[in-house]
Amino acid sequence: MVDFAGWSMPVCYDSIVAEHEATRNAVGFFDISHMGRFQFTGPEAGTWLERLLTRRVDDMSPGQIRYSLLTHDEGGILDDVLVYRCPPQAGHADEFLLVVNAGNRDKVWKWIQEHRPANTDAEMADRTHDWAMVAVQGPRSLEVVGQVVDFPLEKIGYFTCVQANIDDQHGLVSRTGYTGEDGVEAILPADIVEKWWQELHTTARELGGQPAGLGCRDTLRLEAAMPLYGHEIDMDTDPWQAGLGFAVDLENREFPGRNALACRKQETSQRRIGLELEGRRVPREGYAILDGEQAIGRVTSGTFSPTLQRPIAMGYVSKDYSDIGRTLAIDIRGQTIPATVVKLPFYHRRKNQGVKSVA
Amino acid sequence: MSPEELRYAKTHEWIGVKTDAQGNKVGTVGISAFAVESLTDLVFIELPKAGARVQAGESFGEVESVKAVSDLYSPVNGEIVEVNSELSENLEWLSEDCYGKGWLIKVRLDDEKPLGDLLDFAAYKQQCAEEQA
Repeated sequence: MVDFAGWSMPVCYDSIVAEHEATRNAVGFFDISHMGRFQFTGPEAGTWLERLLTRRVDDMSPGQIRYSLLTHDEGGILDDVLVYRCPPQAGHADEFLLVVNAGNRDKVWKWIQEHRPANTDAEMADRTHDWAMVAVQGPRSLEVVGQVVDFPLEKIGYFTCVQANIDDQHGLVSRTGYTGEDGVEAILPADIVEKWWQELHTTARELGGQPAGLGCRDTLRLEAAMPLYGHEIDMDTDPWQAGLGFAVDLENREFPGRNALACRKQETSQRRIGLELEGRRVPREGYAILDGEQAIGRVTSGTFSPTLQRPIAMGYVSKDYSDIGRTLAIDIRGQTIPATVVKLPFYHRRKNQGVKSVA
Repeated sequence: MSPEELRYAKTHEWIGVKTDAQGNKVGTVGISAFAVESLTDLVFIELPKAGARVQAGESFGEVESVKAVSDLYSPVNGEIVEVNSELSENLEWLSEDCYGKGWLIKVRLDDEKPLGDLLDFAAYKQQCAEEQA
Protein backbone atom coordinates (compact mmCIF):
# COMPACT_ATOMS: atom_id res chain seq x y z
CA MET A 1 0.00 0.00 0.00
CA VAL A 2 1.20 3.53 -0.72
CA ASP A 3 0.02 6.99 0.24
CA PHE A 4 -1.47 8.72 -2.80
CA ALA A 5 -2.67 12.28 -2.14
CA GLY A 6 -3.70 11.21 1.35
CA TRP A 7 -5.40 7.98 0.22
CA SER A 8 -3.94 4.62 1.17
CA MET A 9 -3.91 2.67 -2.10
CA PRO A 10 -2.49 -0.61 -3.41
CA VAL A 11 0.26 -0.45 -6.06
CA CYS A 12 -0.92 -3.91 -7.02
CA TYR A 13 -3.10 -6.72 -5.74
CA ASP A 14 -1.21 -9.44 -7.62
CA SER A 15 1.53 -8.08 -9.90
CA ILE A 16 1.56 -5.00 -12.12
CA VAL A 17 2.07 -7.06 -15.26
CA ALA A 18 -0.60 -9.65 -14.40
CA GLU A 19 -3.15 -6.89 -13.75
CA HIS A 20 -2.08 -4.98 -16.85
CA GLU A 21 -2.54 -8.05 -19.04
CA ALA A 22 -5.87 -8.93 -17.43
CA THR A 23 -7.12 -5.43 -18.31
CA ARG A 24 -5.87 -5.61 -21.92
CA ASN A 25 -7.15 -9.14 -22.51
CA ALA A 26 -10.22 -9.49 -20.29
CA VAL A 27 -11.11 -7.05 -17.55
CA GLY A 28 -9.48 -5.17 -14.69
CA PHE A 29 -11.39 -3.24 -12.05
CA PHE A 30 -9.96 -0.28 -10.17
CA ASP A 31 -11.02 1.48 -7.00
CA ILE A 32 -10.65 5.12 -8.09
CA SER A 33 -12.57 6.65 -5.18
CA HIS A 34 -9.56 8.92 -4.59
CA MET A 35 -10.54 11.02 -7.63
CA GLY A 36 -12.26 14.24 -6.51
CA ARG A 37 -15.98 14.51 -7.34
CA PHE A 38 -17.63 17.95 -7.30
CA GLN A 39 -21.35 18.25 -7.91
CA PHE A 40 -22.87 21.44 -9.35
CA THR A 41 -26.60 22.05 -9.12
CA GLY A 42 -28.89 24.95 -9.89
CA PRO A 43 -29.99 26.81 -13.02
CA GLU A 44 -26.64 28.59 -13.51
CA ALA A 45 -24.35 25.64 -12.78
CA GLY A 46 -23.48 25.32 -16.46
CA THR A 47 -22.70 29.02 -16.83
CA TRP A 48 -20.32 28.88 -13.87
CA LEU A 49 -18.35 26.02 -15.43
CA GLU A 50 -18.55 27.52 -18.91
CA ARG A 51 -16.51 30.47 -17.61
CA LEU A 52 -13.80 28.25 -16.12
CA LEU A 53 -13.17 25.28 -18.40
CA THR A 54 -11.09 25.33 -21.58
CA ARG A 55 -13.85 23.53 -23.48
CA ARG A 56 -17.41 24.61 -23.95
CA VAL A 57 -19.95 23.40 -21.43
CA ASP A 58 -23.04 25.32 -22.55
CA ASP A 59 -23.55 23.20 -25.68
CA MET A 60 -23.34 19.85 -23.89
CA SER A 61 -26.42 17.68 -23.98
CA PRO A 62 -27.65 15.82 -20.88
CA GLY A 63 -25.69 12.60 -20.46
CA GLN A 64 -22.63 13.94 -22.27
CA ILE A 65 -19.09 13.95 -20.83
CA ARG A 66 -16.07 15.95 -21.96
CA TYR A 67 -12.39 15.86 -21.17
CA SER A 68 -11.37 19.41 -20.35
CA LEU A 69 -8.73 21.48 -18.62
CA LEU A 70 -8.66 24.20 -16.03
CA THR A 71 -5.96 26.78 -16.75
CA HIS A 72 -4.70 29.69 -14.67
CA ASP A 73 -4.31 33.25 -15.95
CA GLU A 74 -0.94 32.51 -17.61
CA GLY A 75 -2.35 29.49 -19.42
CA GLY A 76 -0.60 26.81 -17.33
CA ILE A 77 -2.66 23.74 -16.44
CA LEU A 78 -4.34 23.67 -13.02
CA ASP A 79 -5.87 20.27 -13.63
CA ASP A 80 -7.30 17.99 -16.28
CA VAL A 81 -10.86 16.96 -15.56
CA LEU A 82 -13.93 15.20 -16.85
CA VAL A 83 -17.05 17.32 -16.89
CA TYR A 84 -20.35 15.44 -16.91
CA ARG A 85 -23.68 16.97 -17.78
CA CYS A 86 -25.76 14.55 -15.75
CA PRO A 87 -28.81 12.92 -17.30
CA PRO A 88 -32.11 14.34 -16.06
CA GLN A 89 -33.26 13.01 -12.72
CA ALA A 90 -36.33 13.81 -10.64
CA GLY A 91 -35.75 16.86 -8.49
CA HIS A 92 -32.65 18.11 -10.33
CA ALA A 93 -33.28 20.53 -13.17
CA ASP A 94 -29.65 20.88 -14.17
CA GLU A 95 -26.72 19.05 -12.69
CA PHE A 96 -23.04 18.84 -13.58
CA LEU A 97 -20.27 16.76 -12.16
CA LEU A 98 -16.55 17.48 -12.28
CA VAL A 99 -14.10 14.63 -11.70
CA VAL A 100 -10.69 16.03 -10.76
CA ASN A 101 -7.31 14.59 -9.79
CA ALA A 102 -6.95 13.59 -6.14
CA GLY A 103 -3.81 15.65 -5.69
CA ASN A 104 -5.51 18.76 -7.08
CA ARG A 105 -8.80 18.49 -5.23
CA ASP A 106 -8.19 21.28 -2.67
CA LYS A 107 -6.58 23.58 -5.24
CA VAL A 108 -9.39 23.13 -7.75
CA TRP A 109 -12.09 23.53 -5.10
CA LYS A 110 -10.60 26.90 -4.05
CA TRP A 111 -10.09 28.03 -7.64
CA ILE A 112 -13.69 27.34 -8.60
CA GLN A 113 -15.05 29.00 -5.46
CA GLU A 114 -12.89 32.07 -6.06
CA HIS A 115 -14.17 32.27 -9.62
CA ARG A 116 -17.82 32.03 -8.77
CA PRO A 117 -19.56 34.86 -10.65
CA ALA A 118 -21.48 37.23 -8.36
CA ASN A 119 -25.08 36.21 -7.58
CA THR A 120 -24.75 32.88 -9.34
CA ASP A 121 -27.78 30.67 -8.80
CA ALA A 122 -25.86 27.43 -8.39
CA GLU A 123 -24.32 25.30 -5.66
CA MET A 124 -21.11 23.33 -5.59
CA ALA A 125 -20.71 20.32 -3.26
CA ASP A 126 -17.71 18.08 -2.64
CA ARG A 127 -19.09 14.53 -2.99
CA THR A 128 -15.72 12.78 -2.90
CA HIS A 129 -16.42 11.06 0.41
CA ASP A 130 -20.15 10.46 -0.12
CA TRP A 131 -19.68 8.64 -3.39
CA ALA A 132 -17.20 5.95 -4.34
CA MET A 133 -15.90 5.44 -7.89
CA VAL A 134 -14.92 2.22 -9.61
CA ALA A 135 -13.47 1.79 -13.11
CA VAL A 136 -14.10 -1.47 -14.94
CA GLN A 137 -11.87 -1.64 -18.00
CA GLY A 138 -11.04 -4.10 -20.74
CA PRO A 139 -12.63 -5.91 -23.69
CA ARG A 140 -14.94 -7.89 -21.38
CA SER A 141 -15.81 -4.99 -19.07
CA LEU A 142 -19.37 -4.54 -20.38
CA GLU A 143 -20.14 -8.23 -19.87
CA VAL A 144 -19.02 -7.94 -16.27
CA VAL A 145 -20.76 -4.69 -15.39
CA GLY A 146 -23.88 -5.78 -17.27
CA GLN A 147 -24.34 -8.48 -14.66
CA VAL A 148 -24.10 -6.13 -11.69
CA VAL A 149 -25.84 -3.00 -13.00
CA ASP A 150 -29.47 -2.72 -13.98
CA PHE A 151 -29.03 -1.04 -17.36
CA PRO A 152 -28.29 -2.16 -20.96
CA LEU A 153 -24.71 -0.88 -21.11
CA GLU A 154 -24.22 -1.33 -24.84
CA LYS A 155 -26.60 1.62 -25.22
CA ILE A 156 -24.15 3.99 -23.55
CA GLY A 157 -22.03 5.75 -26.18
CA TYR A 158 -18.39 6.60 -25.61
CA PHE A 159 -18.08 9.60 -23.26
CA THR A 160 -21.71 9.53 -22.16
CA CYS A 161 -23.33 8.56 -18.88
CA VAL A 162 -26.64 7.23 -17.57
CA GLN A 163 -28.36 7.02 -14.23
CA ALA A 164 -28.45 3.34 -13.32
CA ASN A 165 -29.55 1.14 -10.48
CA ILE A 166 -26.65 -0.36 -8.55
CA ASP A 167 -27.76 -2.71 -5.79
CA ASP A 168 -31.11 -0.89 -5.68
CA GLN A 169 -29.39 2.42 -5.16
CA HIS A 170 -28.87 5.34 -7.43
CA GLY A 171 -25.60 5.31 -9.41
CA LEU A 172 -24.05 7.02 -12.40
CA VAL A 173 -22.40 4.84 -15.04
CA SER A 174 -20.24 6.28 -17.83
CA ARG A 175 -18.39 4.90 -20.85
CA THR A 176 -15.04 6.39 -19.88
CA GLY A 177 -11.66 5.30 -18.60
CA TYR A 178 -7.95 5.87 -18.26
CA THR A 179 -6.51 2.68 -19.72
CA GLY A 180 -6.93 2.85 -23.49
CA GLU A 181 -9.51 0.05 -23.34
CA ASP A 182 -13.25 0.09 -23.69
CA GLY A 183 -14.87 0.22 -20.28
CA VAL A 184 -17.05 2.00 -17.81
CA GLU A 185 -16.67 4.01 -14.66
CA ALA A 186 -19.33 3.87 -11.98
CA ILE A 187 -20.07 6.41 -9.28
CA LEU A 188 -22.13 4.98 -6.42
CA PRO A 189 -22.88 5.61 -2.75
CA ALA A 190 -19.76 4.95 -0.67
CA ASP A 191 -21.62 2.73 1.82
CA ILE A 192 -22.50 0.11 -0.81
CA VAL A 193 -19.24 0.05 -2.76
CA GLU A 194 -17.66 -2.74 -0.75
CA LYS A 195 -20.54 -5.10 -1.45
CA TRP A 196 -20.55 -4.11 -5.14
CA TRP A 197 -16.80 -4.60 -5.36
CA GLN A 198 -17.25 -8.16 -4.10
CA GLU A 199 -19.93 -8.78 -6.73
CA LEU A 200 -17.59 -7.44 -9.41
CA HIS A 201 -14.89 -9.73 -8.08
CA THR A 202 -17.05 -12.83 -8.36
CA THR A 203 -18.31 -11.94 -11.83
CA ALA A 204 -14.98 -10.77 -13.24
CA ARG A 205 -13.01 -13.76 -11.97
CA GLU A 206 -15.06 -16.07 -14.16
CA LEU A 207 -14.03 -14.07 -17.24
CA GLY A 208 -10.33 -13.86 -16.43
CA GLY A 209 -10.55 -10.51 -14.71
CA GLN A 210 -8.97 -9.25 -11.54
CA PRO A 211 -8.71 -6.19 -9.30
CA ALA A 212 -6.06 -3.77 -10.51
CA GLY A 213 -3.95 -1.26 -8.58
CA LEU A 214 -2.19 2.03 -9.14
CA GLY A 215 0.87 0.39 -10.71
CA CYS A 216 -0.94 -0.95 -13.77
CA ARG A 217 -3.19 2.12 -13.91
CA ASP A 218 0.06 3.93 -14.68
CA THR A 219 1.45 1.43 -17.21
CA LEU A 220 -1.93 1.24 -18.99
CA ARG A 221 -2.42 5.00 -19.29
CA LEU A 222 1.22 5.40 -20.36
CA GLU A 223 0.80 2.94 -23.24
CA ALA A 224 -2.34 4.88 -24.18
CA ALA A 225 -0.24 8.12 -23.92
CA MET A 226 -2.70 9.76 -21.56
CA PRO A 227 -1.08 12.55 -19.57
CA LEU A 228 -0.80 12.28 -15.79
CA TYR A 229 -0.99 15.45 -13.75
CA GLY A 230 2.32 16.19 -12.00
CA HIS A 231 4.21 14.35 -14.74
CA GLU A 232 3.26 15.34 -18.30
CA ILE A 233 1.21 18.35 -17.21
CA ASP A 234 1.48 20.86 -14.37
CA MET A 235 1.13 24.57 -13.59
CA ASP A 236 3.97 25.42 -16.02
CA THR A 237 2.90 23.37 -19.04
CA ASP A 238 0.30 24.61 -21.48
CA PRO A 239 -2.14 22.48 -23.47
CA TRP A 240 -0.39 23.15 -26.79
CA GLN A 241 2.96 21.68 -25.80
CA ALA A 242 1.19 18.81 -24.03
CA GLY A 243 -0.66 17.85 -27.22
CA LEU A 244 -4.00 18.67 -25.59
CA GLY A 245 -5.08 21.38 -28.02
CA PHE A 246 -8.21 19.33 -28.76
CA ALA A 247 -9.36 20.19 -25.23
CA VAL A 248 -9.13 23.97 -25.76
CA ASP A 249 -11.82 26.04 -27.42
CA LEU A 250 -10.87 29.72 -27.70
CA GLU A 251 -13.58 30.93 -30.09
CA ASN A 252 -15.95 33.47 -28.55
CA ARG A 253 -15.14 32.35 -25.04
CA GLU A 254 -13.93 33.83 -21.77
CA PHE A 255 -12.12 31.73 -19.17
CA PRO A 256 -8.97 32.20 -17.05
CA GLY A 257 -5.91 31.87 -19.26
CA ARG A 258 -7.83 32.28 -22.50
CA ASN A 259 -5.82 35.24 -23.78
CA ALA A 260 -2.52 33.82 -22.56
CA LEU A 261 -3.34 30.57 -24.38
CA ALA A 262 -4.03 32.46 -27.62
CA CYS A 263 -0.49 33.92 -27.41
CA ARG A 264 1.19 30.74 -26.21
CA LYS A 265 -0.25 28.82 -29.16
CA GLN A 266 2.17 30.69 -31.44
CA GLU A 267 5.07 30.90 -29.00
CA THR A 268 5.37 27.51 -27.37
CA SER A 269 8.21 25.46 -28.85
CA GLN A 270 8.16 22.42 -26.57
CA ARG A 271 6.40 19.22 -27.61
CA ARG A 272 5.33 16.13 -25.72
CA ILE A 273 6.84 13.17 -27.52
CA GLY A 274 6.82 9.40 -27.23
CA LEU A 275 10.04 7.39 -27.28
CA GLU A 276 10.66 3.68 -27.76
CA LEU A 277 13.96 2.36 -26.51
CA GLU A 278 16.30 -0.49 -27.33
CA GLY A 279 17.16 -3.08 -24.70
CA ARG A 280 15.29 -3.65 -21.49
CA ARG A 281 16.43 -0.83 -19.23
CA VAL A 282 13.58 1.30 -18.02
CA PRO A 283 13.59 5.07 -18.60
CA ARG A 284 12.19 6.84 -15.54
CA GLU A 285 10.94 10.30 -14.70
CA GLY A 286 13.64 12.96 -14.70
CA TYR A 287 16.15 11.12 -16.94
CA ALA A 288 17.75 13.32 -19.58
CA ILE A 289 16.74 13.00 -23.25
CA LEU A 290 19.84 13.40 -25.40
CA ASP A 291 20.66 14.40 -28.96
CA GLY A 292 24.20 13.09 -29.27
CA GLU A 293 25.90 14.33 -26.12
CA GLN A 294 23.57 17.24 -25.59
CA ALA A 295 20.68 17.09 -23.10
CA ILE A 296 17.59 18.43 -24.91
CA GLY A 297 14.78 17.43 -22.57
CA ARG A 298 13.54 15.26 -19.72
CA VAL A 299 11.50 12.11 -19.37
CA THR A 300 8.14 12.78 -17.66
CA SER A 301 7.01 9.11 -17.44
CA GLY A 302 8.55 5.84 -18.49
CA THR A 303 8.05 2.14 -18.05
CA PHE A 304 8.70 -1.26 -19.52
CA SER A 305 5.59 -1.67 -21.66
CA PRO A 306 4.00 -5.02 -20.82
CA THR A 307 2.03 -4.97 -24.10
CA LEU A 308 4.85 -3.96 -26.46
CA GLN A 309 7.54 -5.75 -24.44
CA ARG A 310 9.95 -2.84 -24.73
CA PRO A 311 10.82 0.26 -22.73
CA ILE A 312 8.75 3.36 -23.54
CA ALA A 313 8.80 6.95 -22.33
CA MET A 314 7.10 10.29 -22.72
CA GLY A 315 8.88 13.59 -22.30
CA TYR A 316 9.32 17.09 -23.61
CA VAL A 317 11.76 18.35 -26.25
CA SER A 318 11.85 21.35 -28.57
CA LYS A 319 9.81 20.77 -31.73
CA ASP A 320 13.10 20.79 -33.69
CA TYR A 321 13.70 17.31 -32.28
CA SER A 322 10.16 15.95 -32.29
CA ASP A 323 9.85 14.45 -35.80
CA ILE A 324 8.52 10.90 -35.84
CA GLY A 325 11.33 8.45 -36.56
CA ARG A 326 14.10 10.68 -35.27
CA THR A 327 16.77 8.90 -33.26
CA LEU A 328 17.51 10.42 -29.87
CA ALA A 329 18.81 8.77 -26.68
CA ILE A 330 18.07 8.62 -22.98
CA ASP A 331 20.68 8.75 -20.25
CA ILE A 332 19.75 5.79 -18.05
CA ARG A 333 21.97 6.10 -14.98
CA GLY A 334 25.06 6.96 -16.98
CA GLN A 335 24.40 4.74 -19.99
CA THR A 336 23.27 6.26 -23.26
CA ILE A 337 20.42 4.15 -24.63
CA PRO A 338 19.18 4.86 -28.20
CA ALA A 339 15.53 5.92 -28.41
CA THR A 340 13.28 6.55 -31.41
CA VAL A 341 10.58 9.20 -31.51
CA VAL A 342 7.30 7.38 -32.21
CA LYS A 343 3.73 8.42 -32.82
CA LEU A 344 1.52 8.54 -29.74
CA PRO A 345 -0.25 6.59 -28.40
CA PHE A 346 2.07 3.62 -28.08
CA TYR A 347 -0.94 1.31 -27.89
CA HIS A 348 -4.20 1.38 -29.88
CA ARG A 349 -6.96 -1.00 -28.96
CA ARG A 350 -8.87 -2.69 -31.72
CA LYS A 351 -11.98 -0.56 -32.04
CA ASN A 352 -15.20 -2.25 -31.04
CA GLN A 353 -17.92 -2.40 -33.60
CA GLY A 354 -21.04 -0.50 -32.76
CA VAL A 355 -19.67 1.85 -30.12
CA LYS A 356 -20.98 5.20 -31.12
CA SER A 357 -18.95 8.23 -30.20
CA VAL A 358 -20.79 11.38 -29.26
CA ALA A 359 -17.98 13.18 -27.42
CA MET B 1 20.88 -24.22 -1.70
CA SER B 2 18.56 -24.38 1.24
CA PRO B 3 17.55 -20.91 2.47
CA GLU B 4 17.87 -22.02 6.10
CA GLU B 5 21.62 -22.58 5.68
CA LEU B 6 22.40 -19.23 4.06
CA ARG B 7 23.38 -15.89 5.54
CA TYR B 8 21.63 -12.66 4.61
CA ALA B 9 22.45 -8.98 4.21
CA LYS B 10 19.92 -6.42 5.45
CA THR B 11 19.69 -5.35 1.80
CA HIS B 12 18.21 -8.80 0.90
CA GLU B 13 21.19 -10.53 -0.69
CA TRP B 14 22.05 -14.06 0.47
CA ILE B 15 25.40 -15.86 0.50
CA GLY B 16 26.37 -19.50 0.90
CA VAL B 17 30.11 -20.15 1.46
CA LYS B 18 31.99 -23.32 0.49
CA THR B 19 35.66 -24.29 0.37
CA ASP B 20 36.99 -25.11 -3.12
CA ALA B 21 39.66 -27.68 -4.09
CA GLN B 22 42.45 -25.14 -3.50
CA GLY B 23 41.19 -24.37 0.00
CA ASN B 24 39.74 -20.97 -0.99
CA LYS B 25 36.47 -19.80 0.53
CA VAL B 26 34.02 -19.16 -2.31
CA GLY B 27 30.65 -17.57 -1.67
CA THR B 28 27.63 -17.88 -3.96
CA VAL B 29 25.53 -14.70 -3.87
CA GLY B 30 21.90 -14.17 -4.81
CA ILE B 31 18.80 -12.23 -3.77
CA SER B 32 16.16 -13.56 -1.42
CA ALA B 33 12.64 -14.72 -2.25
CA PHE B 34 11.37 -11.76 -0.23
CA ALA B 35 13.32 -9.37 -2.48
CA VAL B 36 12.10 -11.04 -5.68
CA GLU B 37 8.53 -10.92 -4.43
CA SER B 38 8.68 -7.26 -3.43
CA LEU B 39 10.24 -6.24 -6.74
CA THR B 40 7.76 -8.24 -8.87
CA ASP B 41 7.72 -8.03 -12.67
CA LEU B 42 11.49 -8.14 -13.19
CA VAL B 43 12.59 -6.87 -16.59
CA PHE B 44 16.35 -6.43 -16.45
CA ILE B 45 19.45 -7.40 -14.50
CA GLU B 46 22.98 -6.13 -14.88
CA LEU B 47 25.79 -8.22 -13.43
CA PRO B 48 29.56 -7.55 -13.47
CA LYS B 49 32.12 -9.69 -15.30
CA ALA B 50 34.23 -12.43 -13.76
CA GLY B 51 37.49 -10.97 -12.47
CA ALA B 52 35.89 -7.82 -11.09
CA ARG B 53 36.37 -6.93 -7.42
CA VAL B 54 33.51 -6.48 -4.99
CA GLN B 55 33.43 -4.74 -1.61
CA ALA B 56 31.07 -5.54 1.23
CA GLY B 57 28.17 -3.08 1.23
CA GLU B 58 28.97 -1.76 -2.24
CA SER B 59 26.88 -2.11 -5.37
CA PHE B 60 27.96 -4.75 -7.89
CA GLY B 61 24.99 -4.53 -10.25
CA GLU B 62 21.35 -3.65 -10.51
CA VAL B 63 18.02 -5.32 -10.92
CA GLU B 64 15.11 -3.54 -12.50
CA SER B 65 11.39 -4.19 -12.32
CA VAL B 66 8.44 -2.38 -13.90
CA LYS B 67 8.08 -0.61 -10.55
CA ALA B 68 11.66 0.40 -9.66
CA VAL B 69 15.38 -0.12 -10.07
CA SER B 70 17.42 -1.51 -7.16
CA ASP B 71 21.14 -1.84 -6.56
CA LEU B 72 22.61 -5.23 -5.74
CA TYR B 73 25.01 -5.05 -2.78
CA SER B 74 27.86 -7.42 -2.14
CA PRO B 75 27.79 -9.02 1.30
CA VAL B 76 31.59 -9.71 1.19
CA ASN B 77 34.98 -8.50 -0.11
CA GLY B 78 36.69 -10.45 -2.86
CA GLU B 79 37.06 -11.28 -6.54
CA ILE B 80 34.25 -12.51 -8.74
CA VAL B 81 35.19 -15.94 -10.09
CA GLU B 82 31.95 -16.79 -11.87
CA VAL B 83 28.81 -14.99 -13.06
CA ASN B 84 25.41 -16.51 -13.83
CA SER B 85 25.57 -15.15 -17.37
CA GLU B 86 22.42 -16.92 -18.59
CA LEU B 87 20.29 -15.27 -15.92
CA SER B 88 19.69 -12.01 -17.81
CA GLU B 89 17.93 -13.98 -20.57
CA ASN B 90 16.04 -16.12 -18.03
CA LEU B 91 14.83 -13.73 -15.36
CA GLU B 92 12.03 -16.15 -14.45
CA TRP B 93 14.71 -18.25 -12.72
CA LEU B 94 14.67 -15.61 -9.98
CA SER B 95 11.00 -16.10 -9.20
CA GLU B 96 11.17 -19.87 -9.73
CA ASP B 97 14.36 -20.68 -7.86
CA CYS B 98 16.22 -17.70 -6.43
CA TYR B 99 18.35 -19.92 -4.13
CA GLY B 100 19.32 -22.25 -6.98
CA LYS B 101 19.19 -21.52 -10.72
CA GLY B 102 18.73 -17.82 -9.91
CA TRP B 103 22.13 -17.30 -8.22
CA LEU B 104 23.99 -14.14 -9.34
CA ILE B 105 27.76 -14.32 -8.74
CA LYS B 106 30.41 -16.43 -7.06
CA VAL B 107 33.05 -14.55 -5.08
CA ARG B 108 36.44 -15.74 -3.82
CA LEU B 109 36.50 -14.20 -0.35
CA ASP B 110 39.41 -12.02 0.79
CA ASP B 111 38.45 -12.64 4.39
CA GLU B 112 35.53 -14.01 6.35
CA LYS B 113 35.11 -10.96 8.56
CA PRO B 114 32.09 -9.41 6.75
CA LEU B 115 30.20 -12.70 7.20
CA GLY B 116 29.92 -11.82 10.88
CA ASP B 117 27.76 -8.79 10.01
CA LEU B 118 25.20 -10.90 8.18
CA LEU B 119 21.93 -12.28 9.53
CA ASP B 120 21.07 -15.94 9.89
CA PHE B 121 17.79 -17.23 8.42
CA ALA B 122 15.74 -16.67 11.59
CA ALA B 123 16.97 -13.10 12.07
CA TYR B 124 16.44 -12.31 8.38
CA LYS B 125 12.93 -13.72 8.45
CA GLN B 126 12.24 -11.48 11.42
CA GLN B 127 13.53 -8.44 9.50
CA CYS B 128 11.29 -9.24 6.51
CA ALA B 129 8.26 -9.60 8.78
CA GLU B 130 9.01 -6.17 10.24
CA GLU B 131 9.45 -4.61 6.79
CA GLN B 132 6.15 -6.03 5.67
CA ALA B 133 4.28 -4.73 8.74
